Amino acid sequence: MSATTIVSLPDQATAQMPKRSYLNNEHGLLSWLLTADHKRIGMLYLLSITFFFFIGGAFAGLIRLELLTPQPDLVASDTYNKFFTMHGIVMIFLFLVPSVPATLGNFLLPIMIGAKDLAFPKINLLSWYLYMAGGIFTLASLVLGGVDTGWTFTTPLSTHYLNTHVLTTATAIFIAGFSSIFTGLNFIVTIHRMRAPGMTWFRMPLFCWSQYAASLLMVLGTPVLAIAIVLLALERLFGIGVFDPAKGGDPLLFQHLFWFYSHPAVYIMILPGMGVISEVISTFTRKRVFGYTAVAFSSVAIALFGFFVWAHHMFIMGVSNYSALVFSLLTMLVAVPSAIKIFNWAFTMQKGSITFETPMLYAFGFIGLFTIGGLTGIFLGSLGMDVHLTETYFVVAHFHFVMVGGMLMAFLAGIHFWWPKLTGRMYPESLSKLAAVVTFIGFNLTFLPQFVVGYLGMPRRYHAYPAEYQVLNVLSTAGATILGVGYMLPILYLGWSLKYGAIAGNNPWQATGLEWQIQSPPLTENFLETPIITHEAYDYEWLEEKMKLEKQEVTHVG
Amino acid sequence: MPREHAVHDEHDEHHSLPQLRHHFETEEQQREAGSFGMWLFLLTEIMFFGGMFMAYLLYRNWYYPAFAAASNQLNVPLGAINTAILITSGFFMALGVWAAEVRKKSTLVLMLVLTAVFGLAFLGVKSDEYYEKYEKHHIPGNSFNISEFVNPPINAKTGKPTEEPLMPDMAQKTQVFFFLYFAMTGMHAFHMIIGLFLLVWLIWRAQRGDFTSGYVAPIENFGLYWHFVDIVWLFLFPLLYLINRHPFK
Repeated sequence: MSATTIVSLPDQATAQMPKRSYLNNEHGLLSWLLTADHKRIGMLYLLSITFFFFIGGAFAGLIRLELLTPQPDLVASDTYNKFFTMHGIVMIFLFLVPSVPATLGNFLLPIMIGAKDLAFPKINLLSWYLYMAGGIFTLASLVLGGVDTGWTFTTPLSTHYLNTHVLTTATAIFIAGFSSIFTGLNFIVTIHRMRAPGMTWFRMPLFCWSQYAASLLMVLGTPVLAIAIVLLALERLFGIGVFDPAKGGDPLLFQHLFWFYSHPAVYIMILPGMGVISEVISTFTRKRVFGYTAVAFSSVAIALFGFFVWAHHMFIMGVSNYSALVFSLLTMLVAVPSAIKIFNWAFTMQKGSITFETPMLYAFGFIGLFTIGGLTGIFLGSLGMDVHLTETYFVVAHFHFVMVGGMLMAFLAGIHFWWPKLTGRMYPESLSKLAAVVTFIGFNLTFLPQFVVGYLGMPRRYHAYPAEYQVLNVLSTAGATILGVGYMLPILYLGWSLKYGAIAGNNPWQATGLEWQIQSPPLTENFLETPIITHEAYDYEWLEEKMKLEKQEVTHVG
Repeated sequence: MPREHAVHDEHDEHHSLPQLRHHFETEEQQREAGSFGMWLFLLTEIMFFGGMFMAYLLYRNWYYPAFAAASNQLNVPLGAINTAILITSGFFMALGVWAAEVRKKSTLVLMLVLTAVFGLAFLGVKSDEYYEKYEKHHIPGNSFNISEFVNPPINAKTGKPTEEPLMPDMAQKTQVFFFLYFAMTGMHAFHMIIGLFLLVWLIWRAQRGDFTSGYVAPIENFGLYWHFVDIVWLFLFPLLYLINRHPFK
């Protein structure tokens, strides 16, 4: 589309809360705990991942507090090891992996493709219970005394040298892994088999494409992590020697199996976020995403390349130089589809009519921080630099830029963007803009100094450091405090908005997605009748026509 | 694939099954979604077993003499019998799917029972093999005995050892073989046990007539699972029992 279509925003004062919606269709705790409705399951996930996010965040706070001074003065060294282990495990397996797919994906994917539900609603509920079981095992290991392997469970440390609750935590991750497998399986089948008439692959919103790509990774990668954990547990329990060099096993084999999942897992974490950004940018520039097909395929390409780069986590672990070279080259390739996305988003904004609502602010944050995170990934992917920088704070800063600066920004962009759809109410705009800015400032203050301190040579995972690194560490801890405020704010005002927020109406952003054409919050069955799709995704001219047609019609029920 | 515009002629409405879930438009869509989901699940199972196959191939390459000697200790006749038993079980499962499709209730129940019986027979033979490993001290751990690999028994006729003697260092690596043997066959047996529990449930539902009025998806999908477990064994049997067979003359 060459011309930009500007659609006037509706008058929110006339919007009314629909009498009947998925939220009040049934009442009582059991109606939530036994629900098969993808929207309710999405909300259950939203509550539970928020809970675990704050647990993981508390550990991050403790880590930064200890690192405020060079001396090991707040906690003992093995307690510190437990802090960063719990921070990593909770944040990765209980927050980042399920964050966007299990909450927003669950809620929106069926609606976006015009389906009544995911293909397997009961399996969807089962996956939430598996997630909770995994969460409970993690909390159990925490209460019983914690675990200090690091989230990577490096052998033989995890199998032979530690007497902490490795098995409990391993069980947690094994179970939570199946939650993720079932979510991915459900999404793939839903996208293949449940699309409404006329909803072809290339009419799907890009959010669906990125969920699809992430689901492929979940389905193909997670079982490998599961078997690696099973073997690790067997080794710890019965002393079998698959990874034990004393018995002829190879600790590197564990690294291969672990990173075969855990590297693609970072794309499980980031791809759904990229999907959110595509939706947000299109909506707030009122333009079709530039190079739709390229952006769609770049998601699949990231998923595909993601499976062939895992050994870049092992450059210093004794893999052969030749394979290290090949993996270094393949790692560079991932930058190509990532850059395609960034450039296409930039071109989407060119000559668009941009407005700066909160989701858009988060999306800008995403683009900036993800670009820095991605480019430093190229540093680390190149063999010589990696040998110098590996196991330093440079790595920590790099993946926090991608995971926190990228994914968490995208998650918050998505939560704000779809909050009116999820709850039927608006969040307070000015306060949330403040939160977005505070988050951005706090994030940069926390993690930019870590690039420097890492480049200077400060290793990760130690609770004491030479005094000359203190200034940068103090900056980082101060930033973490600001970041903490930035994350507390949304919890408070989003909670407030549930009761006092302005009524949103069906389509407060004038967005084109199918989810915005139904009432908010939606009905349990999503659509009154199966929609028939005749237009491309992000077709603002179609939306304008539609708005004209139903100018004075009341579109919600009740 | 984009579905055709949903066709709801009277014929379809009239015959719609009680098992059609509300969120599917048509029975066909439900059946396709179910079997597609099952295939995807089997794909995750392939990745799950894949980790162990990777370990097996790696260590077989590293410790070839130990793996050859240890593999020669496995009971090939029992393994072959088990392979035949499992294929027979799979055959009855296939007949069961056919019986459900042509809506013959008693045949379906009979076939599912036979599938389960042969599945149980497999596990019986397997446990006998495990017991043999226990008696020969081939279970990895403290009781593991490498003397047989260091000093193989002497053949009375030729006066030569029946196997190539291994250095004690290499003989220790036979333990790695048996780790993997127990891990892989154990994981396979675990999948069969889950399958047997599912079979009991399916038999109970089949004799109620649940699957012989046009709703065959659960039988089909379980059939896929059962055949997958068969196929895993068809890879395990040659890898563990056959491919190193007696390289020593």
